[in-house]
Amino acid sequence: MISFSQVYKRYPNGYEALRNISFSLEAGEMALITGHSGAGKTTLLRLIAAIERPTSGSIIVNGQNVSTLKSGAIPFLRRNLGLVFQDQKILFDRNVFQNVLLPLQISGFGSKAATRRVRAALDKVGLLNREKAWPITLSGGEQQRLCIARAIVNRPSILIADEPTSNLDADYARDIMDMFVSFNQVGVAILIATHDVELLGSMQQRILTLNHGELAA
Amino acid sequence: MNVWLSHHLHALALAFKRLGRAPLGSLLSIAVIGIAFSLPAGIYVLLENLQALSGQFSGAPQLSLFLRLDADKDDVAKIESFLEQHPPVASFRFVSKDSALDQFKQDSGLSDVMSGLERNPLPDAFVISTRALTPERLEALRTELGQLPQVEHAQVDSAWAKRLDALLKLGHLAVLMLGALLSFSLIAVAFNTIRLQILTMRDEIEVAKLIGATTGFVRRPFLYFGALQGSVGGAAAWLIISAGIYLTDGQLKDLLQLYEVNFRLYHLSLEDSLSLLLFSAGLGWAGAWLSVANHLSQVEPR
Repeated sequence: MISFSQVYKRYPNGYEALRNISFSLEAGEMALITGHSGAGKTTLLRLIAAIERPTSGSIIVNGQNVSTLKSGAIPFLRRNLGLVFQDQKILFDRNVFQNVLLPLQISGFGSKAATRRVRAALDKVGLLNREKAWPITLSGGEQQRLCIARAIVNRPSILIADEPTSNLDADYARDIMDMFVSFNQVGVAILIATHDVELLGSMQQRILTLNHGELAA
Repeated sequence: MNVWLSHHLHALALAFKRLGRAPLGSLLSIAVIGIAFSLPAGIYVLLENLQALSGQFSGAPQLSLFLRLDADKDDVAKIESFLEQHPPVASFRFVSKDSALDQFKQDSGLSDVMSGLERNPLPDAFVISTRALTPERLEALRTELGQLPQVEHAQVDSAWAKRLDALLKLGHLAVLMLGALLSFSLIAVAFNTIRLQILTMRDEIEVAKLIGATTGFVRRPFLYFGALQGSVGGAAAWLIISAGIYLTDGQLKDLLQLYEVNFRLYHLSLEDSLSLLLFSAGLGWAGAWLSVANHLSQVEPR
């Protein structure tokens, strides 16, 4: 599903964010990426969605080599990924329903099928009764769930989340993590970056630890 | 096909929404486009009207055909029968040398002097009214008639019509140049509006790209917006011209009636109106395209 092989990412200023990363995530597998701040978690996730390109090495996602993907093909790669961003990237000038609708508009869904899917996604994250609300009126936990609904509305085979529990108190974080586990149980491959050590202690998942840009054994 | 259609409908709906979201700004942009376009289009309408008016004044251009002094009755009869069978000739009148002399004596008051002449110095002449012809065809007819046997000289009484025609051609050229220059202003207006839109919609564009929007998907609403704004601007120009015609038509009619000319101003023809709309829409689209090509690449996901 996702496979990294000897991936390096060096920035123009000489900073080396990732060094010799090799790992793979199978279909339906769930893994957590952890590590200190600046260890390269976000960079690794951004490489998967082709938001950034690796300096060397190959990254295969859904059978496509992302490192050599033409820019015209990137949108279609991203439509098969569900992305939850660290800074959420909610659009505050449209309501909850319209935020979740956006990925479907982009892939060209008819409005009836799209409405059904949006409601289904909102139902899964427990926001169905807030579909007309404006994002600014949502609590932190609800905003995070809105992001997740937007990520899953396209029914992607891979879900990638960057720090989905930061800024949430323990109970909310627990809820969010349970939600990811339940998605994983229906066959979605999941990769989550987190530095929330407390949370990790209670999880049974595979854990990849990054240390200064390198994967710890 | 279905996806394609839904993408385009979505883009069009979005363009309308954006136009309505900033009513004052949209209104000002549209006014600028409308005024810029009403100038060349208005002058064009004026020229078309002048042309129609000049057609009314010179409706039947006249030719004078002077015969040689030694032409006799047979020659006159031959020319007469030629003119009768010549299609561009609408009507003609024969002025014999005697009647011409009589009239000259009456009109000039020089009858005493004229009486002193041994013989009549005036030739026989035909005054010919032609059907409405272009100046070029009229000139050809003049040459043709001038080559008839026993014709001394053929003269077109339409020098002023030629001058007006040349002037109108110059005017059309000026309209073209003015139109070309002001077209740039439309492109500039569209370019700037779209640039501002892209800047204010940075977040939206970024998110859309992050969740799989193609460049085409992001670009399309802006192109529709440019075309929409352009065509509404073109419609505004049309309305400005209509208002101008409405305001001047009555007064012009009164004025021309003093000269015994019955004339109403013409508006742009349906064809010209549609061209105006299409042209302004196309320019808006082009301006939007330039702007998007320049600014959209700057909004890359970070």
